[in-house]
Amino acid sequence: MNTPDLSVQIGPLTLKNPIIAASGCFGYGVEYADVVDLSLLGAVAVKGLFLAEREGHPPERIVETPAGMLNAIGLQGIGVHRFIREKLPELRDRRATVVVNICGSTLDEYVALARILSDAEGVAALELNISCPNIKEGGITFGCSLTGTYDVVSAVKKVTPLPVIPKLTPNVTDVASFARASEDAGADAVSLVNTFLAMAIDVETRRPKLSNIVGGLSGPAIRPIAVRMVYECCRTVKIPVIGMGGIASATDAVEFMIAGANAVQVGTANFVDPFIWRTLLDGVRDYMERHEIARVADITGTIDTTAREKEWISS
Amino acid sequence: MPVDVEARVIRNTRLSSDYNVIALAAPEIAAATAPGQFVMVKLGRGSTPLLRRPFSVFEVLHTNGHIEGLSLLSKRVGVTTQMLFDAVEGDVVSCLGPLGKPYSPVDPPSDAWLVAGGVGLAPFATLTELLRARGTTVTLFYGARSARDLFYLDWFRDRGVQLVLATEDGTLGDRGRVTQPLERRLQDAGDRDVMIYACGPEPMLEAVARVAATHRRRCEVSVERVMGCGLGGCYSCVIPIRDGPTGHHYVRSCLGGPVFDGDRIAWEAH
Repeated sequence: MNTPDLSVQIGPLTLKNPIIAASGCFGYGVEYADVVDLSLLGAVAVKGLFLAEREGHPPERIVETPAGMLNAIGLQGIGVHRFIREKLPELRDRRATVVVNICGSTLDEYVALARILSDAEGVAALELNISCPNIKEGGITFGCSLTGTYDVVSAVKKVTPLPVIPKLTPNVTDVASFARASEDAGADAVSLVNTFLAMAIDVETRRPKLSNIVGGLSGPAIRPIAVRMVYECCRTVKIPVIGMGGIASATDAVEFMIAGANAVQVGTANFVDPFIWRTLLDGVRDYMERHEIARVADITGTIDTTAREKEWISS
Repeated sequence: MPVDVEARVIRNTRLSSDYNVIALAAPEIAAATAPGQFVMVKLGRGSTPLLRRPFSVFEVLHTNGHIEGLSLLSKRVGVTTQMLFDAVEGDVVSCLGPLGKPYSPVDPPSDAWLVAGGVGLAPFATLTELLRARGTTVTLFYGARSARDLFYLDWFRDRGVQLVLATEDGTLGDRGRVTQPLERRLQDAGDRDVMIYACGPEPMLEAVARVAATHRRRCEVSVERVMGCGLGGCYSCVIPIRDGPTGHHYVRSCLGGPVFDGDRIAWEAH
């Protein structure tokens, strides 16, 4: 068999493979340049950026929970201008495919960010953060309203030639309707899921374990719910879907793709193993060889829901 | 550049019912570690616990003239430290490092005063060896709850370190906090050139930083924050760093630290 074709198409954007570093879990990418060849990744989604620098929440910002973690970082960040000046040149030099995650307090801020980044060299796509559960203003208020989602996607689409990928929150009753609203507004793809709003309390002190009281749950604990939500969205929209939520192995990545995802993002698992990228790519290649699949894109949506055949079990 | 080593447990020495020193076959990390740097550790591949935990490198271990590995000083407080306490020879521990900014060693005529609280002794074995190799006089101020929580005293004495001990119950050394003898000695130090290094609970670090500032001595502290990744990805381990007289901004202690100048930390913002 020839070398398997790992490339995937996300709207107008071709990625060399479907494995993307998830926003908020990979810094600005440059932090990891010494441990991983950034050009090996399908893409790097950098930490969510506002126009201005942001301080974020006071510690404690994370707490571990069963098979997962809560975070309430509060989008600490350097702002779009410093990002373009200080981080983007190195990402270009490292030949990373850069997806910039943007977050606004207002619709105008998303539009301004999109304009600024459209003029910057080395940005492959914009991911719209309308799903961060940890900040009071903006962001998730768009992501929890169908008209808000529609409005922010269409406003950004009007001002940028870049592919636009709204990142959806799972903290809604019917996530697929938000994927549909995104598609109707002209989104090139959607990515999901962001974290699940959650909390944890120290029973000895009766204090919340996070300074923000509530935070977002990520990690293997959320994976089955995320797979279900990705499946629902893929059945509802025709645009590409980027799946994420607790992916920690190639098997997990393939599971999301079988559910319908065209690509996947990996976040929390990178904290545990910063060298995971090579393992994931090797594992996907191995899966393709075992199943004689030449193009990774052919895995997408191959879930078989027909009745099971009875199997003889040899004793 | 950090590496991830599946390190075999060489031996695991229980120092008390809570403290242990675990020796790990990670020579590539040990050889590259500077005093004050840390490793991110995980036992097993499962999801409990999910994340790695940060530990200062305690000793760089030598055998027959070559580097055999490193050791960690651990106190049993949670799931990972319980697993480190229970580990036996031959178990495997994932060890990622070395990470972070190390202490800055001083040379004579400056003296080095090390201030350790409890498990905060960890970075001072390697720092002592580095300082002694440079001919620097080393004093260790070492405090804990009780005499049974003070370890490796002979190890430090054998290396010519002067010990100043304090226990909260008065079973060894001064009764009370280790910052009391530190302050006394600073009052008597005249204009002697002294660099202070501290590691321990944050209230102790704050007290040491204040005492050092009062007596106009340079001071480096190693902070311990809840840390998710150790590489700058998660933004959880931040510490408030001073901006001008009143402001502060958050710096990731995994990249900007864990060692900081004591007077750069905005202690009041904690």
